[in-house]
Amino acid sequence: MGARLLAIGTALALTAGAAATAQDVRVGMITTLSGGGASLGLDARDGFMLAIEQDGREGLEILIEDDERSPDRAVQLADRLVQAEDVDILTGIIWSNLLMAVAPSATAQGVFYLSVNAAPSQLAGANCNPLYFSVSYQNDNLHEAAGAYASSAGYANTFIMAPNYPAGTDSLTGFKRFYEGELAGEVYTELGQTDYAAEISQIRASGADSVFIFLPGGMGIAFVRQYAESGVDIPLIGPAFSFDQGILPAMGEAALGVYNTANWSNDLDNETNAAFVASFQEAYGRLPSVYAAYGFDTANLMLSALDTASPDDAEAFQAALEAAEFDSVRGEFTFNTNHHPIQDIYVREVVMDGDVLTNRIVETAMEDRGDAYADQCSF
Amino acid sequence: MTAALIAEQVLNGLQSGIMLFLMAAGLTLIFGVMGLINLAHGSLFMVGAFVAAATAAMTGHFVLALAAGMAAAAAAGALVEVVVLRRLYDRDHLDQVLATFALILIFTEGTRAVFGSFPLYIDLPLWLSGPVTLPFGIQYPFYRLALIALGLVVAGLLTLLIHRTRIGLQIRAGENDREMIAALGVDIGRLYTLVFALGAGLAGLAGAAVGPILSVQIGMGEPVLILAFVTIVIGGIGSIRGAFVGALLVGLTDTLGGIFLPEIFKLFMEPAAATRTGASLASMAIYILMAGVLILRPTGLYGARAA
Repeated sequence: MGARLLAIGTALALTAGAAATAQDVRVGMITTLSGGGASLGLDARDGFMLAIEQDGREGLEILIEDDERSPDRAVQLADRLVQAEDVDILTGIIWSNLLMAVAPSATAQGVFYLSVNAAPSQLAGANCNPLYFSVSYQNDNLHEAAGAYASSAGYANTFIMAPNYPAGTDSLTGFKRFYEGELAGEVYTELGQTDYAAEISQIRASGADSVFIFLPGGMGIAFVRQYAESGVDIPLIGPAFSFDQGILPAMGEAALGVYNTANWSNDLDNETNAAFVASFQEAYGRLPSVYAAYGFDTANLMLSALDTASPDDAEAFQAALEAAEFDSVRGEFTFNTNHHPIQDIYVREVVMDGDVLTNRIVETAMEDRGDAYADQCSF
Repeated sequence: MTAALIAEQVLNGLQSGIMLFLMAAGLTLIFGVMGLINLAHGSLFMVGAFVAAATAAMTGHFVLALAAGMAAAAAAGALVEVVVLRRLYDRDHLDQVLATFALILIFTEGTRAVFGSFPLYIDLPLWLSGPVTLPFGIQYPFYRLALIALGLVVAGLLTLLIHRTRIGLQIRAGENDREMIAALGVDIGRLYTLVFALGAGLAGLAGAAVGPILSVQIGMGEPVLILAFVTIVIGGIGSIRGAFVGALLVGLTDTLGGIFLPEIFKLFMEPAAATRTGASLASMAIYILMAGVLILRPTGLYGARAA
């Protein structure tokens, strides 16, 4: 499977003269561009590259690779990018199991890792690393908000389900942290599973009053379509990942009216976000998803840090990242002591806008939420 | 755990087993008759699904989409047999594995070039969608019942074809002694192409048929391919009846294991850990089944040949 190499900025760097190449900053992006997880990686990449193109600076090289959602492949790519391509910064990984295979060894080799999505609890607590930043969230966050929402909406017997991988465990842990009711069932599925007939039968028999699903990408599409087909009509709730913009069109009207939790939305009211949504639509002809927003913020954070420091001076660059002097599409954005965000989390509803399914913010679920692991982290 | 839930899960297991049979039947025929290990069988499954999705999107006609998916996979299979695989029958299995692995890469990238990286979806026509109520108040999606029926019909037709027709006679003869039937004047090259196209068509039909419930995406064939190999090893390589029994065993083990193992672990473990352990063990269940069958019957349940 041919490695796709996209070098933006090299042409500019060449015309600018050989002198610039010595200080070139090289960024490796490993993300999922094929298979059932492709919509997530494509959006993260497109959001990231949109910010890079809008910035347009010279001396910055982005190398983009497809991990095919395979941990082995991700490790191979990371080894090559770090050892042969000599990158200063790695980013792009969507899936927590891949991130766990890549980030700890990359940071051990002195490479910065900026996460556009995955943020497993393991790397937020005792195993945190000064070179590792999560720009998106800590894995538990959106699920914590979903648990809080389920309780406040009066649900008392929720069936909860997630894939059996690090982010799935974080998801159900997060949900249970703020959920006060009983559990009608707790099920782990396989990562990448496409047939949910057995789980839907279990849900039907469980007597649940609500169903919480964490099923990102193609998994969410398959589940929601099969759920609608099965005739079970217990209300669904989930994190943004299960109902994001990349998969809503394929879910169809079955997703209409579903409540989900997110730290960003198309309609989040701030200037940076309005400009981002408009320019993303113009550049790619579709609405951005949460992953596109995280990608865009990650690139802008990195660019803001590059304005004041070079990754060669690790301490200065780390301090520049920690300052987070950039305009986030999420409005106010600061880093916690463990390099994970402190931010607001919202409840959204899936609505039909014209003929496009999208999300609208309904209320704020949690304000200035950090995470449950920060106090276990000391650099 | 109610009786209705168990019945529903058995139906789920049957449905996934029957679809697996369509894949495994082609794989086992091709191996039995030609001695060829075809790793690209999952790609033909994918081709069927993609062509069906495209046809459904263009014409809105679901049955036509199924037929188009099957026909496209059969045509792709015949083409691959004539252009590539024909040269490999006399080589050893490693060469065949390498060449058919290369075919997977070509099909994957080719499909991506034509259809893009985003998953496609097939909408069910109204008459096939929605749940039906079965006896004892069991609610079940009508389309999944239709899939079970479709699989049983195909299995029946295949049995008739193999045991009651001239072509079937040649296929069975080809499994036993290639040189002899060639010497008797059967055009062995044509027979091989036909068998390969038949197997590919079955894979394509399976892909097209599950399209409306799963997402049609790049690489969707490989997980099914692995299960299909497990199936034919359990059933006995070369045996259609073995493929049928094996597929149902695998489908039922996979589905019921996924449900009942976590429940069993909950009896003596804390629920969250039980769910995780149960789910992990359930994904191993079919391989444990395969190992068990191989210990008791090294040639599989209906395998004729001595190992």
